[in-house]
Amino acid sequence: MNTLAFYVHIPYCVRRCGYCDFNTYTPGELSITNDFSVTSRSYIDLLLREIEYAREVSTAAIVPSIFFGGGTPTLMESKDLGRVIASISSNFELATDAEITTEANPDTVTEENLNELRAAGFNRISFGMQSAVPHVLAALDRTHNPENVLKATTWAREAGFAEVSVDLIYGTAGESMADWEQTLDTALSLPISHISAYALIVESGTKLGAQVKRGDVIMPDDDQTADKYLLADDKFTAAGFNWYELSNWSKPGSECRHNIAYWKGENWWGAGAGAHSHIDGRRFWNVKHPAAYTQKVIEAGNPMQDQEILTLEEARSEEIMLQIRLASGIPLSELSPKERSSLPGFLAGGYLLGSAWERGSLVLSQSGRLIADRIVREILV
Amino acid sequence: MPAIPLAKAPQPSFTNPAQLRNFCIIAHIDHGKSTLADRMLGITEVVDPRNMRAQYLDRMDIERERGITIKSQAVRLPWRSGLDNQEYVLNMIDTPGHVDFTYEVSRSLAACEGAVLLVDCAQGIEAQTLANLYLAMENNLTIIPVLNKIDLPAAQPEKFAEELAKLIGCQPEDCLRVSGKTGAGVTELLDQIVLQIPAPVGDANAPTRALIFDSVYDTYRGVVTYVRVIDGHLSTRDQIQMFSTGVRHEMLEVGVISPEPVVSKGLGVGEVGYVITGVKDVRQSRVGDTITTYNNPAKVALAGYKDPRPMVFSGLFPIDGADFPLLREALDKLQLNDAALVYEPESSAALGFGFRCGFLGLLHMEIVRERLERESNLTLISTAPNVVYSVTTGDGQLLTVTNPSEYPEGKIEKVEEPIVRATVLAPSEFIGTIMELCQERRGTLLGMDYLSEDRVEIRYTLPLAEIVFDFFDQLKSRTRGYASLDYEPIGTAEGDLVKVDILLQGEKVDAFSAIVHKDKAYAYGTMMTGKLRELIPRQQFEIPIQAAIGGRIIARESIRAIRKDVLAKCYGGDISRKRKLLEKQKEGKKRMKMVGRVEVPQEAFVAALTTDADIDKAKAKAKERE
Repeated sequence: MNTLAFYVHIPYCVRRCGYCDFNTYTPGELSITNDFSVTSRSYIDLLLREIEYAREVSTAAIVPSIFFGGGTPTLMESKDLGRVIASISSNFELATDAEITTEANPDTVTEENLNELRAAGFNRISFGMQSAVPHVLAALDRTHNPENVLKATTWAREAGFAEVSVDLIYGTAGESMADWEQTLDTALSLPISHISAYALIVESGTKLGAQVKRGDVIMPDDDQTADKYLLADDKFTAAGFNWYELSNWSKPGSECRHNIAYWKGENWWGAGAGAHSHIDGRRFWNVKHPAAYTQKVIEAGNPMQDQEILTLEEARSEEIMLQIRLASGIPLSELSPKERSSLPGFLAGGYLLGSAWERGSLVLSQSGRLIADRIVREILV
Repeated sequence: MPAIPLAKAPQPSFTNPAQLRNFCIIAHIDHGKSTLADRMLGITEVVDPRNMRAQYLDRMDIERERGITIKSQAVRLPWRSGLDNQEYVLNMIDTPGHVDFTYEVSRSLAACEGAVLLVDCAQGIEAQTLANLYLAMENNLTIIPVLNKIDLPAAQPEKFAEELAKLIGCQPEDCLRVSGKTGAGVTELLDQIVLQIPAPVGDANAPTRALIFDSVYDTYRGVVTYVRVIDGHLSTRDQIQMFSTGVRHEMLEVGVISPEPVVSKGLGVGEVGYVITGVKDVRQSRVGDTITTYNNPAKVALAGYKDPRPMVFSGLFPIDGADFPLLREALDKLQLNDAALVYEPESSAALGFGFRCGFLGLLHMEIVRERLERESNLTLISTAPNVVYSVTTGDGQLLTVTNPSEYPEGKIEKVEEPIVRATVLAPSEFIGTIMELCQERRGTLLGMDYLSEDRVEIRYTLPLAEIVFDFFDQLKSRTRGYASLDYEPIGTAEGDLVKVDILLQGEKVDAFSAIVHKDKAYAYGTMMTGKLRELIPRQQFEIPIQAAIGGRIIARESIRAIRKDVLAKCYGGDISRKRKLLEKQKEGKKRMKMVGRVEVPQEAFVAALTTDADIDKAKAKAKERE
């Protein structure tokens, strides 16, 4: 049977962080004054309608993974999130070993929450830790107390989450190498099985973007950010976390299967405001604003804003662009002579793993991962 | 009313030379020549007030916009003098105002008996005007000094009258005062032209000799040649012959400009007008040449004919390589109207296919480039301009080098470069500054004179190559815009010159090579390597940038390998956006020029070859692309 992974987008946050360009809104921005549980319930109702719509337009499929992202999914009532899982399970066939993840804010989860989430069916949780250093967190507009992360991850383990992950951000203005090292050491002391570490991207249209443009915030240069990546990779590897995607490391067997589905070009349905889907070379996405989403679901039954059908060339570009990020790499036999032509240079420069090359695979080395986009351009031009 | 209706005015071909006055106006670019000319057209009533427009005589858009008259023209103005109430015909011959066109100016002057020296009395005389004044004096022209713009609040007619008087050896009160803008004094000026400028003298019965002082290509008529008849008579019945080429032409039309073309039966002694022969290319009807008749040819040509000789060379390359045929077409078209423009195909490893072009000077170069871009909608890169060198190799071979890439390898016996005599006029407070600049540029002081209490004329000999390399910009900026410059070639001199090559990862980049004085080679090398380090984006390997004379490295820089070129996050919703970004980057990559393995953005070439201001633009663009 076909597979269909589900991404569920929760477009709400208590407050917006300065660097964030995700599709998320604060109660203030939406003029929500009543109890948030009302919003939670009605938004979830809409998600259920979209899942039913997905069932109508899809062939039967096994669901290997569900991922709740945001925004802040844990702003929703746990039992409401559970209703979504139940709906997916009843409309499709949920795999017995399905990976069901939610993102969570280490500051707001409680022991009770985590037990509820487990009860609702979640077995994987990913905490937005970002940093262990207060001034770095402050620069990111994050409010949590670094110590809460240890508490939250420990509770998650105790609640029975099989996989616990933290997200880290490096390259924040003012973050020293020592700050980053402290963050890494702290993260590695936690009871976790998975780490994502992202270099901060300054997005236009964010508060940070405006600050950088005005010159109020000076971003560290790319060479230092590259050094931070190397430090992270070395430390993670030494601690038994292996890289399996450019910005993701895990204990063996604890890779995030949901995210791998994106990189391997599998089919997934993105439910919720602004969520993107991919089914057999067709990408489509929903209207972004919760109000527009509400209206579309109620009036048209279908929240889609637009779609694109990938040409062969576009599909090929995506395939290389995504798979090159993975430790599994790309079989050389799948590359045309033209696509391969620039590779010997990169191999000689130490950007590709020689051992993998000999086995017939294109796999990026540590330094190669840092210039992956450049290598993709060389392959595709 | 001193104007004479055209129909009643003395007719071309039959006008008594005693009634003729041929004059030109010598003036600096913005000293109001065109406005004064407009005013003369109005007062003599050759242009109906309804048809009058500003800068009536400047034909090309580019002339009108830049306020520069590139091509001269001659206008026939009937005039009844207010002094003796007699009928006259004034031929106003318009002269180009810029240093690059000195030869054309000299031919225009040779067609006249007198010149109006027009000076803005808020600014005083400028170097180029002075140079043209000297030319006019050498040609024994009667000079009528005129102060223009007397209506301006900043006018200082007394001060500049003294300056003019000193220059031409008259009394300050001999200077006429006019305002082209209001028309004040223009009628008196026309009367003084009649009174002071001698009538032309020639032998009506001698074999015909007419001086070509301008030659213009017209899309509909072919080449229109402007002439001044010295001896004999030109008529439509004649077959004419060019002295320099010996080629015979049919006369299709003879006429005068008043100021629209008026066909006439011919042109007599002293008269100025145009001839059309069906020639399609101005090079067959060259400025300075003598026209005679085929049946009764003159034995001796008029003096002073010269082939225009390009002094400054530069490579012109289309930004888009596919535009090369378009560039060729555009140059071919331009050459129909510009006998001084020369070009030949050139290919550069870095810039692709283009043309090596020769120009009279920097302004000529600028104008040609602008016309090519504007009229043919091309975007061009021009390489740094250089002059012509004569190189004698170790084995005694003599080579003419117009492009640094032709500079011979190996032992060089000697190199000769063109030398100019430069004249700078400026307020005396800038004497030190100007001397310092000329000294830096290998100048030799010839002399200095005070034009008035606070204005000086400084004369230097300088290598042309030094002038070509941003001398004028430097002069202007160091003197806050007050200095003016004129120069004329005076020959060549041996120079201690070397060729500096620029190497990227060991590969020579021809577009950046330069021939420079030995003492400046190091400065050029560090400047260019430094610029390139800023302009070329980091790549996945280190890029050494070197400047070298032969095999000797004189400057080096290096662009460190890029270490990070990846977006950290790529999840479901990011994929489309990231793919589109990738496609954009792929397009950008296609527009990169490859020098060996090194990708060099087009903007880097443009900026490295031009000014600092452009570098900032290129950097901004390169950043956008990243």
